[in-house]
Amino acid sequence: MTGLPLLIILALAMGLAWLGLFMWTLRSHQYDDPEGAALRILAPDDDTPAPRA
Amino acid sequence: MTSTATTAGALDLWTTERDGLRHIDLHVPTIHCANCISRIEGAVRKLPGVRTARVNFSTRRLSVDWEDGALEAARIVATVEDLGFEVRPFAPEDVSATEGRKATRELIRCMAVAGFASMNIMLLSVSVWSGAEAATRDLFHAISAIIALPTVAYAGRPFFRSAWNALRHGRANMDVPIAVGVLLVTAMSLYETLNSGPHAYFDGAVSLLFFLLIGRTLDSVMRDRARASVAQLLKQMPRGATVLMEDGRTEYHPIAEIRPGLSIVVAAGERVPVDGVVLTGSAMVDRSLVTGESVPETAGAGDKVLAGTMALDAALTVRVTAAGQNTFMADLVRLMEAAEQGRAAYVRLADRVSRYYAPVVHSLAAVTGLAWWLAGGDWHTAMLTAVAVLIITCPCALGLAVPAVQVLASTLLMRRGVLVKDGSALERMAEADIAVLDKTGTITLGRPQIDGDIALAPEDCALALALAERSTHPLSRGLAAELRKRGVAPADVSAVREVAGAGLEADGADGVIRLGRPDWAGAGAAPVGANGPVIAFARPGRAPVSIHFHDQPRADAAAAVQRLMKMGLGVSILSGDHAHVVDRVVRAVGIADWQAGCSPAGKVAAIRQRQERGHKVLVVGDGLNDGPALAAGHVSMAPSSASDVGQAAADFVFLGEGLSAVPATLAVARQARRLVRQNIGLAIAYNVIAVPLAMLGMVTPLIAAVAMSGSSILVISNALRLNWLVKGENA
Repeated sequence: MTGLPLLIILALAMGLAWLGLFMWTLRSHQYDDPEGAALRILAPDDDTPAPRA
Repeated sequence: MTSTATTAGALDLWTTERDGLRHIDLHVPTIHCANCISRIEGAVRKLPGVRTARVNFSTRRLSVDWEDGALEAARIVATVEDLGFEVRPFAPEDVSATEGRKATRELIRCMAVAGFASMNIMLLSVSVWSGAEAATRDLFHAISAIIALPTVAYAGRPFFRSAWNALRHGRANMDVPIAVGVLLVTAMSLYETLNSGPHAYFDGAVSLLFFLLIGRTLDSVMRDRARASVAQLLKQMPRGATVLMEDGRTEYHPIAEIRPGLSIVVAAGERVPVDGVVLTGSAMVDRSLVTGESVPETAGAGDKVLAGTMALDAALTVRVTAAGQNTFMADLVRLMEAAEQGRAAYVRLADRVSRYYAPVVHSLAAVTGLAWWLAGGDWHTAMLTAVAVLIITCPCALGLAVPAVQVLASTLLMRRGVLVKDGSALERMAEADIAVLDKTGTITLGRPQIDGDIALAPEDCALALALAERSTHPLSRGLAAELRKRGVAPADVSAVREVAGAGLEADGADGVIRLGRPDWAGAGAAPVGANGPVIAFARPGRAPVSIHFHDQPRADAAAAVQRLMKMGLGVSILSGDHAHVVDRVVRAVGIADWQAGCSPAGKVAAIRQRQERGHKVLVVGDGLNDGPALAAGHVSMAPSSASDVGQAAADFVFLGEGLSAVPATLAVARQARRLVRQNIGLAIAYNVIAVPLAMLGMVTPLIAAVAMSGSSILVISNALRLNWLVKGENA
């Protein structure tokens, strides 16, 4: 039972970290142009992320 | 496009400025591959002062930021045009009109938060259900509360807002029972937690929100997808005009300042911004945006031109007769908006169900609480049982039942090249019992093709091809394509001249060779009653040869019409074209009921007439003149070759050549309706079993969680059957 607080905190922290990551991807417009992203991997010289609109 | 030279100042209307950077959004509809992206971005980035140039492939949009003053916006447009792409500016207001995307983004955020919270709370709940007791249980409940309260406040907002709006107007929608249920359950659980009670329903409240948000987000994503692909009206309309002043100077004025009586100059390649009468000049005018008719017509001095048409090959001076809100185009838009009112009255199936659902559920919960209180006298138990009823009846499965099927149906249709604007369109499509079709561009391809044989000698064929290939006129292109197909190689002809409004000519060995309007080429006027446009080829020393064109029905038009009839729809044609042309097409596809020479208002009237007889009309059409009809129909469909207005007014847009998309869509919509009804049936059956249990006080948080997830999974699995149901039917 002594490990319980630690485990709970760990689980919550991991969950929050994923939530934060997801929100970041959303905010940095990574879902704005899904078709374009699929095509851009074919271009040899384009590896810059989209500018923030 | 030569328009850039004359409208250099005009482009500035579309740019915005921030922190010394000027920004413009350009619509580049013809981007289609990775290579296009890098070519456009590469070329624009090389321009002086450009900071960023980014293509959004999904919306076919190019966004450019550059240092203010370093560059003319026109140069960017010219650069992209030089690469061979068609460019139109996005007005700043169009860009901000992407409100829908904002709504989706909010829903996704809410869904992410609810997903995170529900999983973590579920983790704690499982421990409680497996026997955590006393202090441990209280601690777990407390942690759950700390996660759940902000989550409900945040992720519940879309539902609270919509429920509040409905209540304020004295209506009840699906969100009312959801909002009331979630709030009551959360409050009750909080009370339990503070008093060390054994049962808290935080997991139920939050996972309910999560499930519902999935449904809501799917619905919203579907609507965005269609909105991005369907161009908005008036985007192509010029926002200003070059006015010819009395002293001969020209000045560029925004459209709001253009008054009837002024003279304006329309350059070759420019859209006419107003309704007017041509003063000087003669040009081929492309009316496809307005009528969907692909064959340009000649406009000379004294002819009327309409806003939205394009002068193809020469400049025109036009005296303004109507501008802005008074143009023919604006009239049509108003007619369309008026026609749309009727459709807005359609209530979606889910809302119709919830109209009865909410009051029943709430009275059941109230009765339960009251009965327990009267029977046992313990208000706490009574309250807890009432809340259990609320959480069991929360329309979780019901909320997923409809969007799950509709999203699947729209994905299925999209794979077959049909875009769906929203879920209600699918429901309305399934109800259609009569189809009204337009002719040009709908039954037919809207592209003229050669009628019969080309009566040209082989060497004349080569000359005609050489001339035809120099023009972008659809008839020339049609002729060139046909000749190439027959293996003709172009003759060597130098110095081909394009004569505005007439045709092409070149100097041959024995004189001037002409290809163009029959009277100009010397073949006399085109015969009245011809099935389509006619051009003529003339060469000194020989009689001019007429080449007839007609608009071919789509290859599968007859089959598609047969299939619609077999599905129980009455099919008829309303066309604005001449009777003899319509008659021929009608015979080819086998439709008995038709009407020719219809005006836009006439089409709407004909549709209204059918609706008054109690029919649900499916309208298929393409041009701007079909816009009002498309809007007036119970449900409507347009080919992707349709004018922007047609696409904006239609519920479905189909890509590709085949008219068979229409019966296929109808089949999918009918299957979807069947599944939606089954799903609603399942959700109600689940309630019939679970509600009595809840009323008897036998539902613990564990049972509630299992029942809720179980019914949701059942409903989604049933929705997934759509894929093979449709495949089985071979739609």
